[in-house]
Amino acid sequence: MDQATLEKPAAGKKSISTLTEHIIEIVSDSGEGAQRCGQSLGGIAARSGNGVWTEEIIPAEIQPPARSVAGASGNRVRLGAKRITNGGDEADLVVAFNEQVLLGRVRAGELKPGCTILLESMWAEDRDPKVARSYAETRDRLAAEGYRVIEIPMERECRKLVADARRGKNMFVLGMLCDLYSLDMGLAREQIARAFGKKDQAIIDVNVRLLEAGRAWAQANLDFGFRIPAKRAREPQIVVNGNTAIALGVLASGMEICAMYPITPATSASHYLSEVFEKVGGMVHQAEDEIAACAFALGASYAGKCAVTITSGPGYSLKQEGIGLAVMAEVPMVVVNVQRGGPSTGQPTKSEQGDLLSVMFGSHGDAPKVVLAPSSIEDCFYAIITARKIAETFNMVVVVLSDANLATAQQPFARPQFSEDWLAPPVDQSAVPAGARPYDWDAATGLFRRFIPGQPGGMHTLTGLAHDRDSHVAYDAESNEEGIRHRSLKLAALQKTLRCPRVFGEPEGDLLVVGWGSTKGAIEEAVERLIGEGRRVSALHLEFIQPMPSGIGEILRRFDKVMTVEANWGDRLEDPVIDAENRRYTALAMLLRSRYLVDVDCWSDVRGRPIKPGSIVRAARAKLDGAPAPRE
Amino acid sequence: MTTATECLLRMYEDHHRLEDYHSGVPRWCNGCGDNAILAAVQRLCRDNDLAPERTVFVYGIGCSSRFPHYMKTYGFHGIHGRALPIAEGVKMARPELQVFVNTGDGDCCSIGAAHWVHAVRYNMNLTMLLHDNHVYGLTKKQASPTSPLGMKSNTTPRGAYLEALNPLTVTLGVQNVSFVAQAVDWIPELLYDIIAAAYRHKGFSFVRIIQRCPEFLPKMFDPWLHDPNRTLLLAHERGLKIGAGTAKLYKNQRQHDPSNIHAAREIASLEDPIPVGILYWNPAVPCYEDVRHAGELHTPGQVRKGLEAELDKYTVWPDAEAGEARAQPA
Repeated sequence: MDQATLEKPAAGKKSISTLTEHIIEIVSDSGEGAQRCGQSLGGIAARSGNGVWTEEIIPAEIQPPARSVAGASGNRVRLGAKRITNGGDEADLVVAFNEQVLLGRVRAGELKPGCTILLESMWAEDRDPKVARSYAETRDRLAAEGYRVIEIPMERECRKLVADARRGKNMFVLGMLCDLYSLDMGLAREQIARAFGKKDQAIIDVNVRLLEAGRAWAQANLDFGFRIPAKRAREPQIVVNGNTAIALGVLASGMEICAMYPITPATSASHYLSEVFEKVGGMVHQAEDEIAACAFALGASYAGKCAVTITSGPGYSLKQEGIGLAVMAEVPMVVVNVQRGGPSTGQPTKSEQGDLLSVMFGSHGDAPKVVLAPSSIEDCFYAIITARKIAETFNMVVVVLSDANLATAQQPFARPQFSEDWLAPPVDQSAVPAGARPYDWDAATGLFRRFIPGQPGGMHTLTGLAHDRDSHVAYDAESNEEGIRHRSLKLAALQKTLRCPRVFGEPEGDLLVVGWGSTKGAIEEAVERLIGEGRRVSALHLEFIQPMPSGIGEILRRFDKVMTVEANWGDRLEDPVIDAENRRYTALAMLLRSRYLVDVDCWSDVRGRPIKPGSIVRAARAKLDGAPAPRE
Repeated sequence: MTTATECLLRMYEDHHRLEDYHSGVPRWCNGCGDNAILAAVQRLCRDNDLAPERTVFVYGIGCSSRFPHYMKTYGFHGIHGRALPIAEGVKMARPELQVFVNTGDGDCCSIGAAHWVHAVRYNMNLTMLLHDNHVYGLTKKQASPTSPLGMKSNTTPRGAYLEALNPLTVTLGVQNVSFVAQAVDWIPELLYDIIAAAYRHKGFSFVRIIQRCPEFLPKMFDPWLHDPNRTLLLAHERGLKIGAGTAKLYKNQRQHDPSNIHAAREIASLEDPIPVGILYWNPAVPCYEDVRHAGELHTPGQVRKGLEAELDKYTVWPDAEAGEARAQPA
């Protein structure tokens, strides 16, 4: 790109560069529609056949003050010629509705040096001289710092079509971007019809006119453009975010009841489920609190099919007692934890992988439960179906650990082919054979067939107290140990059915990067780049964390060095008080070290945003070279 | 087999005896009010021929919550304070089951207070028996929210510091309340009648049962036991009909129409005499499970249809035009 300067829009012949990928950010004040613009752009590109990953840029407040650095709201859209698995590194092009939200992104280090900035120019003539001055200063400073700043009269152009440009600018910008990225206008019009589908035709028409105006303006005034080669998928694909995928998974799993309490960033899954669940005979119960939501799901599971409760970290903490009861009474239940920053209220809208250990080891006493962590949007869908099956087969609690990153990111994946095998079987109402006992634990696997209310002859009292095979309260030593032993055996029995995850890259080498959950795309992209540099690096990503499949220890030992990359805290050796004896490792590193006795190092980032592949590349290089871990 | 013999056989099968609901020998203290409640409930099950396999008792934690272990039905002995949301889940999943909740003054009015208030709002078809002995028994004599001011206990050695919470006024203050009654363990025939009325009510029936704790508060209710006039019986043709024997002993009676919530609230505030009977009854309040089960039936066909329709909304078809045609809402 040219030497970055402050540019005035210039008419003339367009130069179109062909790219393999580009990262676009669209940021505005909250409520100006940048999010819809970004999602629509992602949708159009996906339909064109580009690889797409979109991420929401979310302020913490519903209505943060206008024109504030902290109030940036919008989307990051990463487009590629191939499949895209994560949000990538710094942005290549930014559209900003004012200079303050733009500054928010600059200060967060989210923009590539010298990147192109398309900036709403109306503020230059603002009646408030402070605003006009702030705009001019920021614009000039960014240009001086080497950014290519292009001022766009968005407001003025939109006012030609609508009285309130605040409500329409996003579609104007979408039109501009369609021109810049050589996207098909037919698809764009369809996307608008889809986005505003519930509203009347007049609204769709206005938005299409704004879209066309944006494109026409860009054609006339911007002398550059890009083309990212696209390949239409042969199979139908669906484009949803992780929370919607979770809700669709609940639908597809045959569960009938979801009990929840509102909590960020999990709630959108329940919003969507509330809208659609009743159409298939399900229901979402908004309980009075997280504890009640868990107890309600537990009661529903006990009396019928396995139920689900969806929450985030603070809610999970409250559910721990109910989860403990489900473990003790061996009632199936699926718990979804869409992790956010913690502890306590933490960072509600930001991503973190900080709940792994509390999920695995939470609840007092020995409370074994299954923990699985989806690593892509597609996984979010299938993880719920798998979770429901495991829960009912093993009479266990299955926790699905997603996070804020997956919750709001979108990525196309193959449209699921529904199978009735996904569904829960009808509730067993057959008579219980004479002499059968409610906890008839199998000596080898700990499994038993639970009795469900309505089954004649199966009457018993389920209890959270220690109990024997008849579900009678038992305080004697043998019964207590027998119960604990069998509840634990079930995890091993499940473990025997799991396949070892595949190593990404060569099966042996100098460094293995291990991860879990939402970081998969970024880690594997980083490993690809490192391999490209000639480094002998591979990656391993765990979906089942409890139990862990067999064969992992063997994989770890085939590498000279092993390092996890996680979004939870690990002490840093460069801190003067930290040494090998007092260092607190990240969650997965700690688990791997203790289970496999391998010297697993960790590199982590708890900055609340998705970890970038570039950061992982730098961390891996440092690890390979024996240099201190780099920090962002 | 003729229809007549089948009916006879079924009559035989469906007929339950008291023993069909017995499970084990209760291990409550001698003279504990829980024994009277258990006897009344077992009688209720027999008299209504409740199928033990389709009856679920849900409990929290406390002396009262030992109850399920003595009933030969399905039971769920849960965790402290959470019996109500568990029971609500049971009822939502299986509205055809008969669901009872037994709880105590600590379980319901203290640790589970939030659930109690909301259970009244949900108005699910559950029968809830609040075993109120004014004290924590299982953990050995601590003050509960319903302990009277000045009551000495292990946590209030100089007497309880606060006025007692009145479970009746609290319940009657919640929107959607549909059935509130009060019984005492020492008048078993009324205890039975009140629990039976609660059972018959379709909605959330709240029955507070004042019960004695001979171990920790042996003399607490002596003044009421010794003076029948300190019990106020609420009679009405839509409420409790007092038998001649009971009426002879308990002469302090009042005609109270249970549809009158203002009068109910006034009576609920009485502490001495203790009101016994049905304070409030409104059969017209909708049940949450009925409101929420208004949708489609959950069948594999319905799930497939619903899922495919949702997936259609988000699908990018390989052939965009054909996809558009398919994705358009009908």
